Amino acid sequence: MTPPVAAHAPATPRLVRSLIGKKVIMAITGVILLLFVIAHLLGNLKVFQGAEHFNAYAEGLRTLGAPFFPRGSLLWVARVVLLVAVGAHIWAAIVVTRASWGARPVGYHALEAVETTYAARTMRWGGVIIVLYVIYHLLDFTFGRVNPSFVPGDVYHNVIASFRAWPVSAGYGVAMVVVGLHVYHGLWSAFQTLGLNRPPTVRWRRGVAGMVAGLITAGYIAIPVAVLAGVLR
Amino acid sequence: MKVTLHVWRQAGPAAPGRFVRYDMTDVSPDMSFLEMLDVLNQQLIARREEPIAFDHDCREGICGACGMVINGRPHGPQRATTACQLHMRTFPDGAELWIEPWRARAFPLIKDLVVDRGALDRIVQAGGFITVRTGSAPEANAIPVPKRDADLAMDAAACIGCGACVAACPNASAMLFVAAKVSHLGLLPQGQPERSTRVANLVAQMDAEGFGACTNHGECMAACPKEISIDFIARLNRDYIKAAISHEG
Repeated sequence: MTPPVAAHAPATPRLVRSLIGKKVIMAITGVILLLFVIAHLLGNLKVFQGAEHFNAYAEGLRTLGAPFFPRGSLLWVARVVLLVAVGAHIWAAIVVTRASWGARPVGYHALEAVETTYAARTMRWGGVIIVLYVIYHLLDFTFGRVNPSFVPGDVYHNVIASFRAWPVSAGYGVAMVVVGLHVYHGLWSAFQTLGLNRPPTVRWRRGVAGMVAGLITAGYIAIPVAVLAGVLR
Repeated sequence: MKVTLHVWRQAGPAAPGRFVRYDMTDVSPDMSFLEMLDVLNQQLIARREEPIAFDHDCREGICGACGMVINGRPHGPQRATTACQLHMRTFPDGAELWIEPWRARAFPLIKDLVVDRGALDRIVQAGGFITVRTGSAPEANAIPVPKRDADLAMDAAACIGCGACVAACPNASAMLFVAAKVSHLGLLPQGQPERSTRVANLVAQMDAEGFGACTNHGECMAACPKEISIDFIARLNRDYIKAAISHEG
């Protein structure tokens, strides 16, 4: 038994301490990561403009802000922001998940799912799959450890070399479907968590989340598909 | 009609529990679900067995006392219906029914299908009220309330505190309950003076009781016998964030 807080504590909303606050952190960091995923996709689609354009774009990321900022500095700023966002996102997810797993020590014989979606039910393990995928992705294209013929600076070549192996392409495809599901429920949930549900938002937030998720998945999958189909060589 | 019941029987909070099978014949399709349990209990008493303990009071679907999970659905399969208003005609002849108590750490089991929902009462005690002298009812039009706000407040106030939202939630979260309590006062002029302290206290008490966190499955809304929308959860989040930002302690 826990006596009501009004009886013993001053009423101060403690955003970060509360479970709602952790969801707010998850929503804000999730939106930051989503913006990265969208920007990354738009950049990656330059692969269809050919090797010259694509490699120039990759180089452009390093020389971003020149001549005011030293080479690679803004890229590192972006990386730090992303790392902090990823860390906070995962931390909040773990705290919230532990609270929820502890909230029902004795389970049901059966609890029927009525309203929930596949995307909602796969958020936690989907998140774990995305972390594993991102590790592989970095080893493939950033560190070149698992890339079959990594050439530093020749990003176009690295992409083609990796995606020519169909199991790698298939793995990327599956990962992008997982990302799409995560984005769909995550974006819709972010609207809910941040309290953005006034009309007319409330009518289009699920639709917008679905569209954004669908475009992200389709856009990313287009690249390995084009490599396997021989469009990109 | 005939039904086969598998009822969770547990003698006390610390006692081991298990499902016990009961075969019922001659069940009238016009019986309510609780009347069917009454008949079973009479048979158990006649056999000198312990009757099944379950909560019930008004049997009109308005008090929030009854509640059990029937075949994986809090209050049974019918939408917007409490267990007491559920009728046996909802089920096919020969149906097999699994009957369980609400399952949540914050709802400790007392006996059989009865759980202690005091956690919800303590949340309301933490601030789910307005601090005014009541006295006689004031003139209804003394404080104008926009129709839209009045309707929304009434939708939230329809909550009977049965706990089905917690029972249905994969996270055993009480967010829909707290959202309803915060919203029905927060939407009305009388609720404004304590609006930010109310939401802060209710949320703090909710967390202290050991409920899980909302992950927007929406199962609460589907199980709610009063069909309270998860839009109120977004409203609760908004109120809580606002209170945290603007609080002047």
